Amino acid sequence: MALLSFERKYRVRGGTLVGGDLFDFWVGPFYVGFFGVTTIFFTLVGIALLCWGASMGPTWNLWEINIAPPPLEYGLNFAPLAEGGIWQLVTICATGAFVSWVLRQVEISRKLGMKYHVPVAYAVAVFAYVTLVIFRPLLLGAWGHGFPYGIFSHLDWVSNVGYQYLHFHYNPAHMIAVTFFFTTTLALALHGSLILSATNPKKGQTVKKSQHEDTYFRDFLGYSIGEVGIHRLGLLLALAAGFFSAVCIIISGPFWTKGWPEWWDWWLNLPIWS
Amino acid sequence: MADYQNIFTQIQVRGPAEEPVPVDEGLFPRVNRTGFSHLVGRFGSAQFGPVYLGWFGLASLACGFIAFEIIGLNMLASVGWNPIEFIRQLPWLALEPPAPSYGLSWPPMNEGGWFLLTGIFLTASIMFWWIRTYRRARALEMGTHVAWAFASAIFLYLVLGFIRPVFMGSWGEAVPYGIFPHLDWTAAFSLRYGNLFYNPFHALSIVFLYGSTLLFAMHGATVLAVSHLGGDREVSQIIDRGTATERTALFWRWTMGFNANFESIHRWAWWFAVLCTLTGGIGILLTGTVVDNWYLWAVEHNFAPQYPEVWPPIADPAASGGMQ
Repeated sequence: MALLSFERKYRVRGGTLVGGDLFDFWVGPFYVGFFGVTTIFFTLVGIALLCWGASMGPTWNLWEINIAPPPLEYGLNFAPLAEGGIWQLVTICATGAFVSWVLRQVEISRKLGMKYHVPVAYAVAVFAYVTLVIFRPLLLGAWGHGFPYGIFSHLDWVSNVGYQYLHFHYNPAHMIAVTFFFTTTLALALHGSLILSATNPKKGQTVKKSQHEDTYFRDFLGYSIGEVGIHRLGLLLALAAGFFSAVCIIISGPFWTKGWPEWWDWWLNLPIWS
Repeated sequence: MADYQNIFTQIQVRGPAEEPVPVDEGLFPRVNRTGFSHLVGRFGSAQFGPVYLGWFGLASLACGFIAFEIIGLNMLASVGWNPIEFIRQLPWLALEPPAPSYGLSWPPMNEGGWFLLTGIFLTASIMFWWIRTYRRARALEMGTHVAWAFASAIFLYLVLGFIRPVFMGSWGEAVPYGIFPHLDWTAAFSLRYGNLFYNPFHALSIVFLYGSTLLFAMHGATVLAVSHLGGDREVSQIIDRGTATERTALFWRWTMGFNANFESIHRWAWWFAVLCTLTGGIGILLTGTVVDNWYLWAVEHNFAPQYPEVWPPIADPAASGGMQ
């Protein structure tokens, strides 16, 4: 794998958290490190388990393969492999691989003299995953409350769990999460557009920089958040989307078992109305 | 880890307000008022204004205000003009579209006429705002990328409230105005058409929605992580690569074997955001017009399993002529 023209001067020793120089090398474009080894270990074991689980199932149709968690009767115990045990092992592997990936990003950040925003951001996504398959099942007392691993089977799970609470759109944390997802996408469109429009004017016109960017947004909306600000905003919006997604599912079951439309009765019954 | 991560601006420089790029402002000049907020300056730029209103901006605000007022007054009328009940029930209140029996004709005002009138003013407001995104870019000799991204969102809006209702032959297909009511519409729509999760274009739209969020987290974090090296000056980094660019490229190359560059990440961003509403609009447009039950469609096309029928089938109320 060819190096980028400037890559050699950045390929230096150091920055590792664990293992000293032992795993401090690259394979093709990939940095390895101790956590690269653990990532590949968990990934290969996890994929092998998924294939094994699929081989015991009724189909090899990629859309329909389903690795389900154990039935609720098993509670928080280990289940036989064919009855959700594979799901439990895959969950361990996935969590191990995701956490390894975070720590690998930390090592690469250190090696390149970068700050830690990327691993912190990725950790929020891992937190949301762990909330779904570990924290919430723990609070509800059964691994069977995790979501199944499968392309359409996990969508069925989302549907079914949503309708268990009658109408999940009424979940206030779900409302906040969806709002953050939409706002992030809007902000991303605006930011991507602005940079491209400054860099790609009509043929024959010069490339524009921050004075034009700021003027466009001040003319357009009365406010331009600026070059650092938009990246803070984008990161904050995206992480808030992930965080409130985790909140909206962890409160469903452990803290609220009725339909979410009913939850809003508190508003209708406030003493201030009478 | 305890070193400076550039989450907030610690020292703010406060000079006179930054001057906008001079343009030919025509009859309607910029509103040349500026102000500063220290608190906002902790996070982004502290400066507010100047703003360009223009005829199209004014027309957009006026039409948007009229649409907002029609919705609000109809909601107020629905609770007998009682202001306390209006606030109490606000999340549940709605301005509903006409009943399906009116088809594409104009109904009496309080049976959907106000709804259609709101749609006309809201659409006008959005179109005037689109013209604004285009003209402001051209006035500054910039590309028109904002305008075309906005056009993709407008496409989804028009599919929901105009194009699909026309194809279905009834304004009653449109989405009601209201906080909970539009959520009810969304859930009912999915149930009526056999679970929208089996609609491949809905799936694509969600992929691009989550993908946009992932991209902005990755991009925002990457730029902040090299802001001490000038990585936030993106256009400068695009035309004259510095060490910030090199490090961010290598970060992702070493992490996942592939990297964008400072310009192309914004193309990824633009397309992900634009495709979110574009594929979403296609998915809505096909629902009820081309495909009547997405689950059965998925079974037919071999990407959903055939589940056993647990309960006896329920008659579709729409098939028996209910809800006329």
